[in-house]
Amino acid sequence: MSDATLPRQLDDGRRVDRGRAGMACLILTESAFFAIFVVAYLFYIGKSVTGPQPVDVLDFPVVGTVALLSSSGTIMFAVRALRRGEIARFIASFLVTITLGVVFLVSTAMEWNRLIFEDGLTIGTNLFGTTFYSLVGFHAAHVCIGILLMSGIWSMTLLGHVKSRHAEKVELVSWYWHFVDAVWLVVLTSVYIVGL
Amino acid sequence: MAAIDTPTPPVTAPGHSWTDTLHDWVTTCDHKKLGVMYVCSGLFFFCVAGLEAAAMRYQLLFAGNDAIGPETFNRLFTMHGTTMVFLVGMPIITGFGNYFLPLMIGARDMAYPRLNAWGFWMFFFGAFLFYFSFLGADGLYGAGTAPDVGWFAYAPLTGKAFSRGNSTDYWILGILISGFGSLSGAINMLGTVISLRCRGMTFGRMPLFVWMMSVVSFLILIALTPLAAAQVMLLFDRFLGAHFFDTQAGGDAVLWQHFFWFFGHPEVYILIIPGFAYASEIIPVFSRKVIFGYPVMVAATISIGVLSVGVWAHHMFAVGMQRELNIYFAAITMLVGVPTGIKIFNWIGTMYGGKIRFQTPMLFCTAFVFQFVLAGLTGIMLAATPFDWQLTDTYFVVAHFHYVLIGGLIFTIFGACYYWFPKVSGKMLDETLGKWHFWLFVIGFQLTFTTMHVQGLLGMPRRIYTYPSDRSWEIWNQITSAGVLFQAAGVLVFFYAIARALHSGRPAGPDPWDAWTLEWSTSSPPPDYNFAEAPEVHSRRPLWDAKHPEDPDWKHE
Repeated sequence: MSDATLPRQLDDGRRVDRGRAGMACLILTESAFFAIFVVAYLFYIGKSVTGPQPVDVLDFPVVGTVALLSSSGTIMFAVRALRRGEIARFIASFLVTITLGVVFLVSTAMEWNRLIFEDGLTIGTNLFGTTFYSLVGFHAAHVCIGILLMSGIWSMTLLGHVKSRHAEKVELVSWYWHFVDAVWLVVLTSVYIVGL
Repeated sequence: MAAIDTPTPPVTAPGHSWTDTLHDWVTTCDHKKLGVMYVCSGLFFFCVAGLEAAAMRYQLLFAGNDAIGPETFNRLFTMHGTTMVFLVGMPIITGFGNYFLPLMIGARDMAYPRLNAWGFWMFFFGAFLFYFSFLGADGLYGAGTAPDVGWFAYAPLTGKAFSRGNSTDYWILGILISGFGSLSGAINMLGTVISLRCRGMTFGRMPLFVWMMSVVSFLILIALTPLAAAQVMLLFDRFLGAHFFDTQAGGDAVLWQHFFWFFGHPEVYILIIPGFAYASEIIPVFSRKVIFGYPVMVAATISIGVLSVGVWAHHMFAVGMQRELNIYFAAITMLVGVPTGIKIFNWIGTMYGGKIRFQTPMLFCTAFVFQFVLAGLTGIMLAATPFDWQLTDTYFVVAHFHYVLIGGLIFTIFGACYYWFPKVSGKMLDETLGKWHFWLFVIGFQLTFTTMHVQGLLGMPRRIYTYPSDRSWEIWNQITSAGVLFQAAGVLVFFYAIARALHSGRPAGPDPWDAWTLEWSTSSPPPDYNFAEAPEVHSRRPLWDAKHPEDPDWKHE
């Protein structure tokens, strides 16, 4: 069969990067996971048979929210810097991102410390405790994973192993981080706005 | 189109011992080896679940029989159901997808080979953990061995108070862990379809197998993690004293049903759409015609996928939902019949006027079409809420879903085994043995599951370990149990056929069925790299184009 008989190939064979496809799938499936915890939280609002109730003990987490949401901006700067090959700027803005993530975790830890030791709310106290700690806890666990990933990349960069050609991969981590941020917006709305 | 690849001479180091072979298989990231391991594990658990079913059928052979006590009977139906869904259906569909999806789109492997290997071993050891419950769950409590809460593990039966010991924990953890295999398989298949299609393989030219496995993968991604989330909640309840499904503390047992069936109903489509996928490859090849209505098939598959996430509460009509919800779920459930019916007509349209070759794969697929119509009809009947109220939790329901999953999925899996075994092993399965397998299995299937409808209509509830003799159920139960012997004989013939083919089968050559998709363009078995040269396609049937340059498909599409 000679090629002359074949029709002109309209498909250039270029495909979406497999890393992007995989991360998109992971985010999709993780969203379904969180959706169930969010539904459980919303479903059980006001159904606890004993106190404490959310209005008695929850304060709007201003510091943590500001830190986490702004970290989405700094990681964008970081990826942009890495793509341009500005390694020093990448190291700096990545460090800021990691720090903001840690600030969020610390604010969650302080909140939990207060809830557990002052207000006596644990996962076994009532339905509010059950749904609150599992939803916020799974989100915080995802923040931890993000911080671990970013710290790994950051240390490798200090050792000189990360170059601008790795920007694609680092961008995928930033997708994950944006996802963690977006989940926080949903958690924030359910727990601290709808649930209060 | 590149010519058929010549098989590479095996690179065998001197003294290639069985430990080297074992090492090869354990450390492999090759999608073909992982696919074979998935399917073999699935077939192994198929036999285990079959033995469990046989034990139950032995217990139900006579009214008032007490060969197996009620506790053991509860364990048997829990293990049988959970095994068939999670350790038979899921690995086999993941295995076939793993093996053939990259080959069909001209890729050299899946998109994430190491994730693939990780997923398989998570599945494998999760399955092992689940079955370890027979030995380990008794623990210090003396509270029973294997899980006995039914495959959907309704709350509050699974609470600490009612399920002491660790049997329910084995159910949770075994399924949770083996689920990673399905998840990584789904991410892999979608990633492969998005990123690794060869040149010319546009979405509109992908084989229907690839389309359908993509929809299945999407459904796995949005349905399997909700089950994981619900199982984690149950773990929290059991170990951390949380109250998700604890009715004493205001928790809601029905919420578990909603969560479970939000997974459970899409799961039914996750299992049956691969059956559609195998049928959609086999029926055209053995009818010597292109598939009838390719774009409609794709659209029907997608709409089944979309509808499937909105029908879950039809499993819960008897729980006492609001009237509006009952009406909604009944209506949407009946709507599923439309795209499914379209598919049935398309398969019949493909066969119509074709030069049908009734070889074993086609026999299984033909039986599938008929049986699936019946399964769909009883499904529509059960979708009508008042009818469901009458027959819920009777053998009629058991008959319905076995018609779907055995008459639909297992039949097409056998068809797929006969169709693709030559590609995987390079040897043909014997046609005569295949026909024995088919007829024995069809007779056994009809005896067992058609009669179950009657028991259900006579009011026999599912999951009872024995029954009184004055209900006229005994004769029907005996026919049902007799069918097991035929099915078992059919499966034994199947394994004998495989053993004989591996030992002294006729060499298959690259393309024994004169088929049209890319997997038949490479040698049997395919080399590690699948294709020496990346293929380029111009139509939905690239091999037809290569074999018939005078009248290629791309002139007509």
